[in-house]
Amino acid sequence: MAQSISPRTLPAEADVVVIGGGVVGAAILRELTKYRLSAVLIEKAPDVATGTSKANSGILHAGFDAEPGTWKARLNVRGSRLYKDIAEGLGIARREIGSLVVAKTDEQLQELERLLARGAINGVPGLELWSADETIAFEPGVARDVKGALWAPSAAVACPFLATTGFADNAVRNGGKVVTECAINGFVTENGTLKAVETTKGRIATRFAINAAGVHSAQVARLAQDDSFSIRPRKGEYVLLDKSVGHLVRTVLFPTPDKVSKGILVSPTVHGNVFIGPNSFAVDDPEDHETTRDGLAAIIAGARQIVPDVPVQAAITEFSGLRADGGKDFILAPSPALGGLFHAAGIQSPGLTAAPAIAEAVVEMLADAGLRLQANAKFIPENPRRAHFSELEPHEQAALIAADPLNGRVICRCETVTEAEIVAAIHAPCGARTVDGVKRRVRAGSGRCQGGFCGPRVTAILARELGIPITEVRKDSSESYLFYPRAETIGEESAYV
Amino acid sequence: MSRVTQPIQCIGCPIGCGGDVVLEDGKVVDMHGFNCDVGQAYAAEEVIAPKRMVTTTVRLKGGALALLPVVSAKPIPKGRIFDCVNALRAVEVAAPIKAGDVILADALGVGVDIVAARSVAAA
Amino acid sequence: MSEHVYDVVTIGGGPAGMAAALAARKAGAERVLIIERDHELGGILQQCIHNGFGLRRFKTELTGPGYAQRYVDMVGETDIDIWLDTTVLETAAGGTVRCVSPDKGVSIVKAKSVVHSMGCRERTRGAIRTPGSRPAGVFTAGAAQRMVNMEGYLPGREVVIVGSGDIGLIMARRMTLEGAKVKAVFEIMPHSNGLTRNIVQCLDDFGIPLYLSHSVVSVHGNDRVTGITVAKVDEKLQPIAGTEFDLDCDTVLLSVGLIPENELGRGAGVAMDPITSGASVDQFRRTSVPGFFAAGNVLHVHDLVDFVSQEAEIAGRAAALNALGLLPDAGTQKPVHAGPGLRTVVPQLLSAPEAGKLTVRFYFRGSQPLGRAVIQLRADGEVVWDRKLKVVKPSEMIVADIPVSLLYGDGQRLEFSIEPLPESADDEALEEEEA
Repeated sequence: MAQSISPRTLPAEADVVVIGGGVVGAAILRELTKYRLSAVLIEKAPDVATGTSKANSGILHAGFDAEPGTWKARLNVRGSRLYKDIAEGLGIARREIGSLVVAKTDEQLQELERLLARGAINGVPGLELWSADETIAFEPGVARDVKGALWAPSAAVACPFLATTGFADNAVRNGGKVVTECAINGFVTENGTLKAVETTKGRIATRFAINAAGVHSAQVARLAQDDSFSIRPRKGEYVLLDKSVGHLVRTVLFPTPDKVSKGILVSPTVHGNVFIGPNSFAVDDPEDHETTRDGLAAIIAGARQIVPDVPVQAAITEFSGLRADGGKDFILAPSPALGGLFHAAGIQSPGLTAAPAIAEAVVEMLADAGLRLQANAKFIPENPRRAHFSELEPHEQAALIAADPLNGRVICRCETVTEAEIVAAIHAPCGARTVDGVKRRVRAGSGRCQGGFCGPRVTAILARELGIPITEVRKDSSESYLFYPRAETIGEESAYV
Repeated sequence: MSRVTQPIQCIGCPIGCGGDVVLEDGKVVDMHGFNCDVGQAYAAEEVIAPKRMVTTTVRLKGGALALLPVVSAKPIPKGRIFDCVNALRAVEVAAPIKAGDVILADALGVGVDIVAARSVAAA
Repeated sequence: MSEHVYDVVTIGGGPAGMAAALAARKAGAERVLIIERDHELGGILQQCIHNGFGLRRFKTELTGPGYAQRYVDMVGETDIDIWLDTTVLETAAGGTVRCVSPDKGVSIVKAKSVVHSMGCRERTRGAIRTPGSRPAGVFTAGAAQRMVNMEGYLPGREVVIVGSGDIGLIMARRMTLEGAKVKAVFEIMPHSNGLTRNIVQCLDDFGIPLYLSHSVVSVHGNDRVTGITVAKVDEKLQPIAGTEFDLDCDTVLLSVGLIPENELGRGAGVAMDPITSGASVDQFRRTSVPGFFAAGNVLHVHDLVDFVSQEAEIAGRAAALNALGLLPDAGTQKPVHAGPGLRTVVPQLLSAPEAGKLTVRFYFRGSQPLGRAVIQLRADGEVVWDRKLKVVKPSEMIVADIPVSLLYGDGQRLEFSIEPLPESADDEALEEEEA
């Protein structure tokens, strides 16, 4: 079975190497497979979507925030439209629920007018300014002292993990390669142009490399003696609430933005939960994923500004993500230091929304730099449709179980995820390799018990399907082993196998 | 003549009396803080020869489970818990097993059998 | 897709489901079915390999699997049907149970009575909002217990336990006997929620320190847990600045409470008690939805399995009577209130009394630890019943049989409450009550 999985070994050469398996890297890889060329994505973690792509707001923004003329302005609106066409085919859960920016002061009302005007220039469809009464009528949970709101019907919520795996699976399906646990060590150059990428899994010869390394993208640039930009990781913390309070709000609720961020929002998730967050503060360590007591308190306070009755006791988990802050705009440009290296860096909000549009822009840049683009006639734009057992009618469920009995074994009770769905996630083109990888693809363990019941079972299924011992199953990152073998003898001098 | 006072926490009932037992040359000569016969008897035994039930698992083959839970038929001396668990670590049994089957007879020579806590059918 | 008809179906084959099924069969239900999602009956008892079960029910001390075995054997001697490896997706009003399994596919069971006996789940790190990173090595105590006792793997080598409930204490000993170093148990409350016996035999015996009024304020580590930061808490349970200290460990086990697993109950539209997180039931363990009963930890979290079995027998018997058309109508129900000093009372409602029944059994949980105290029943403010208690611990359920004559008098408002008694209370009277 393992042979059908995308390769763990690095090919000797490729036309393009994409560095980083976040949503941007995965979208670029997929975009490249639309052409007859060889493209390889390398990712240092055991799975894709393990950096910024795994911990963000999961919102496909309408696009009124960005300053006209910037990459952000252009690619946000374009990306938002692209998802509308491709999300379903790629299996990216997406719900177009619109968004409201809520104003509570006269100054903020003026800001809404500015955003409205900006949105018009950026080409955002359907923007409307709503009165306080209209806002409350639509969203009864909103603070009573609201003065008005900006309605953006094209905003949507989407699953950022499924966006990344959807792009990655489709890319692999169309001939792209994803090599995980493969970190970049350096670039091999000749006369200032790229010849190969040096990795922990060996060398891969290539003329083109794309730096999509997220919070690590400045470090990757430094490997090419390129110090044209720097990345300041900015942490955002979130609290996720149980589905039982999923009715709390029906649309994405933003406060009126300040200079630094879009503020602390209250929003449904695409899967029917509600989240509150994120806050925003700079950190030094690009691996710092700790949530803080003060931060969580600030999020709760911030959320209550918009929705006073946020039921914090319904929290099921808290997490934090790092934004790759590279300045005002996305950094989409050839490296000034190394010919053949291109940056897709500084991708913070609206990065998830813009990802497929960033991919188009980057591939266009490569073409301008001499990459020959011949259409791949065999390109299949969709992923095979995967049934979600819990959403089917009983007779459809019966048919599925008859075809594969594992459809009849529910592993995750909270989210009703079957063993067949988990096995399929592991054997997908860019399949899950970790417990969290399974969780991100099929939601086993993302419900209210947070894997308390299904965790040991998912671990056992991973071990079986990957042909590895339980003790080698990991939670998420490379060294995140979950279980040790039993001790042979115990007592004063414990000895482990 | 050595006289020592040892604090003992009674576990006989939810009240959880805490008291002291006074020993002279290893014999109980006085105690206070225990308000019932059960507590006094417990304190006297706990200070001289504390005993505990031991529960752990042994490896199992030929059944639907990898491990068989086992339990001492009676309490064993508290100081021998680790020895007992270690002795059981080396034990492997085969299904079928019936609850109560002796898994390790007279463990550590203390006169207590270790028995299967449950039944396991052959796979 | 297959259709089946039963008199009584229990959802869950743990101690509650088995006891309810047995009682239903005994009370005359002809066709009884237990649906269990695991590969065997017994539920969570199968991973609780420690002893201490069954003293009340079987008058002997058993392990969890040993207690389960007794019921598995009893069920085996009957014609009760058992569906294993089967997950119930829905129990709809009217008694339609929809379930799936690998070998039977989708089954629709039409049941005259449904007993919800799904048990409970553990509160998680998210529920207590512990800040920090999210590395491997943070487990609920029950998940760790399953890995150690049933799968044979060690969840960690240097362990800290958060919460001093009995599962946490039991796991402290268990991990020690598996060769791990258990460094400490931290409890946010000023008192432990565990049995004294477990504190002595699971912590003191192995020199494991218990820190009361301490909370984990951060978890550290990127891949695997590398340590935690702990702080003392004030009386509002908020960390006190300046009291923080770090402790290295590779594992954090959480024993921070249990919650009834009530998704099916909510799905069926069963009215819930917000305090117990279980159904509101009458003395028959009848819920607000006709034909639906609840028992065991899905109804309210118990500390002794013996009480689970006892309660399930009430529910199972009533389910059978309902199926046979013999259960008295609920009539006008009287609510039973948990007053001062009490956190929960079950049943929460009194339906019309059953002919021949002289008492109704109530289960209570105190809201705070007390020494000598008295539990009272007031009918319209007047004390009609009381019992002195030597001690009140929120972790230990109080059980009382109340005479029907007192419950069905003229008083409309029934309220139980607990008041502390002065230390000088009459000792003799107390002894008498206990006897």
